[in-house]
Amino acid sequence: MAGTAIERKGEADAASKIPVTVLTGYLGAGKTTLLNRILSEPHGQRYAVIVNEFGEVGIDNELVVDADEEVFEMNNGCICCTVRGDLIRIIEGLMKRRGKFDAIIVETTGLADPAPVAQTFFVDEDVATKSRLDAVVTVADAKWLADRLKDAPEAKSQVAFADVIVLNKTDLVSADELAEVEGRIRAINPYATLHRTQRCQLPLDAVLGRNAFDLDRILELEPAFLETEDHDHHEHGDHGHHGHGHDDHGHHDHEHHDDAHHGHDHAGGDHKEHDHEAHGHLEAHGHGGARHFHDAEMHSLSVTIDGDVDAEKFLPWVQEYMQREGGSILRSKGILAFKDEPRRFVFQGVHMMLDGDLQRPWKDGEKRVSRMVFIGRHLKEDEIRTSFLACAA
Amino acid sequence: MAEERGSLTEHLASFPAGAPVQGATFLGETPVLVRDDGTLSLGEPAAPRAVTAHPEGTILSSRIAGAALLTGGDDGLVVATDAAGATRLVHDGKGKWIDALAARPDGTVAFASGRAVTTIDGKGAVRTTSVPTTARGLAFAPKGYRLAIAHYNGASLWFPNAAAPPELYEWKGSHLSATFSPDGRFLVTAMQESALHGWRLVDRANMRMSGYPTKVRSMSWSADGDWLATSGADSCVLWPFRDKDGPMKKTPLECAVRKAKISCVAFHPVSPLLAVGYEDGWVLLSRPSDQAELLVRRPDDDRSAITALAWDAKGDRMLLGTASGEAGLLTLPEG
Repeated sequence: MAGTAIERKGEADAASKIPVTVLTGYLGAGKTTLLNRILSEPHGQRYAVIVNEFGEVGIDNELVVDADEEVFEMNNGCICCTVRGDLIRIIEGLMKRRGKFDAIIVETTGLADPAPVAQTFFVDEDVATKSRLDAVVTVADAKWLADRLKDAPEAKSQVAFADVIVLNKTDLVSADELAEVEGRIRAINPYATLHRTQRCQLPLDAVLGRNAFDLDRILELEPAFLETEDHDHHEHGDHGHHGHGHDDHGHHDHEHHDDAHHGHDHAGGDHKEHDHEAHGHLEAHGHGGARHFHDAEMHSLSVTIDGDVDAEKFLPWVQEYMQREGGSILRSKGILAFKDEPRRFVFQGVHMMLDGDLQRPWKDGEKRVSRMVFIGRHLKEDEIRTSFLACAA
Repeated sequence: MAEERGSLTEHLASFPAGAPVQGATFLGETPVLVRDDGTLSLGEPAAPRAVTAHPEGTILSSRIAGAALLTGGDDGLVVATDAAGATRLVHDGKGKWIDALAARPDGTVAFASGRAVTTIDGKGAVRTTSVPTTARGLAFAPKGYRLAIAHYNGASLWFPNAAAPPELYEWKGSHLSATFSPDGRFLVTAMQESALHGWRLVDRANMRMSGYPTKVRSMSWSADGDWLATSGADSCVLWPFRDKDGPMKKTPLECAVRKAKISCVAFHPVSPLLAVGYEDGWVLLSRPSDQAELLVRRPDDDRSAITALAWDAKGDRMLLGTASGEAGLLTLPEG
């Protein structure tokens, strides 16, 4: 059994967990418009909405909670391990109203970094057992995003982090400008689903119920603007939850037993050479006329091993690497073929937090390939590529 | 193991609580269950009476304040309910969540909403202060009019009647709840980081009590004040506080080990006995000194967590509640 996520709780009861959608986006992009649209649709869903206390526009909903975006560092020896302390408190409080709402939407301020929100779902056990992060949805202003990407680091993080990007106000830009801003978005994050909208008009299932953080649903790691054929839907396997990618909890005197050790166990396997191929970021695929840009700071990287990897090499490497370099890696995902393992190993990470598990078996005729994707700042592409390729079985 | 335990199960009267239970207490002789739906259940299991303390909300915290039970809700209300079921509005925060409460036997109350902390003493004098981040846990010192406020990166100690601002006791991390040792020498907080932190107040010596697999949600002092029992592990961890150094450089005692995490602990008010509730609905009565155990509850169907345990003042009866809305009243046999 392999897993970077360690605390197994038997059968995952994903269905009983309250889905949480995080709405992010730079000031004025249209977050509140999207939120009010979600709430006013006749979908029959009841939402608890967690809004920023400085929100500009009123929210028309029965259950609205003011949040103050208290970003806390965890005192566990990991400097980038930040969480939204208020979110932990509020979700715990909301759970006492269980049955009165079906889902939670968290609206963040325009200046918010999405990482602490996402990490909250990895770090806090109570939050993780009662709720699940469904997707990070970023609303972007077609007219101003390109400028914001130049001068606002938060805007860049929000695009990099997104599972879904709502490119709004497309009526205010020309076709050329639209192509440029899409190109700039894709330079940072080629994996998010992108929707062009005016006044955030889009089907709600495009932003809600995405299961983007569900390991079972990490179906493909191809850039989203490529046509892919890998549309097999998920089957259920056992499902580990929310391990840390780090275990360096400092100890003082008189503790009585060790902190739960977030290690991992896995099947062994012999090492043998395999061919490989590596994808750089932003290759010239694409349709829909997206132009290609390079973002000097934030970009993505995809690396593929055309075959199996050695779990004994890969798991220690990925944990060590994420712990060392996770500060600059915003999101990571991987689907891997472990040698002598009939099931796919799937993992994802947010900075140093990793969650991974063995999922459905590789199908007959399905090519066993191992692929990882990263989105981050100044990724050390050669180092990642070389060290990952060295994990080939 | 289980076969060797004596059993008190025949002395436990089980009954439906009507809604998920988050707290239990006794107002005099009257058992009281605090329920998630904003209501209280008062009275004996055969004839409980529902009191709607928070008609539009849910209860976030509760504390005994003399002859009344204080509840704070997500409706912004602080409500005091007496044993007869009469309610009194203590504070209306206009919908701002009441995140924490504390109270003293003389009826003095403290409540926190966001960063603001308010006290109202027995004469009705209101004092307010604020802390740098959301106040998460409150506790009155056993002597003197002094309040501890747990928050991010430490705890603040405040004399509500003094002009001086709260005094910060700093320790990195997120502090969620607070309790003073009964002799007032130590302040202990439970942290987001699945550890306890302690300060010896006289010299601010820090003590970190770590090693828990999960957050400590329940803490209880022994009647003599020598031990602090804690939830959060699959044994009940008891920290020694009798010596002047408290638990510093000492190993805690462990008891009531099972293959299930402890969710709730409550020391007997007189004897060195400890009630221990588990995440799978079991309840044991343990004597930490010799590890003797008696079975109180072993559920057949309802395996949901014990969320509340409370003794009456004399220690004759103990009330328990679960996350799924079950309850039980244990009457200790004579002798």
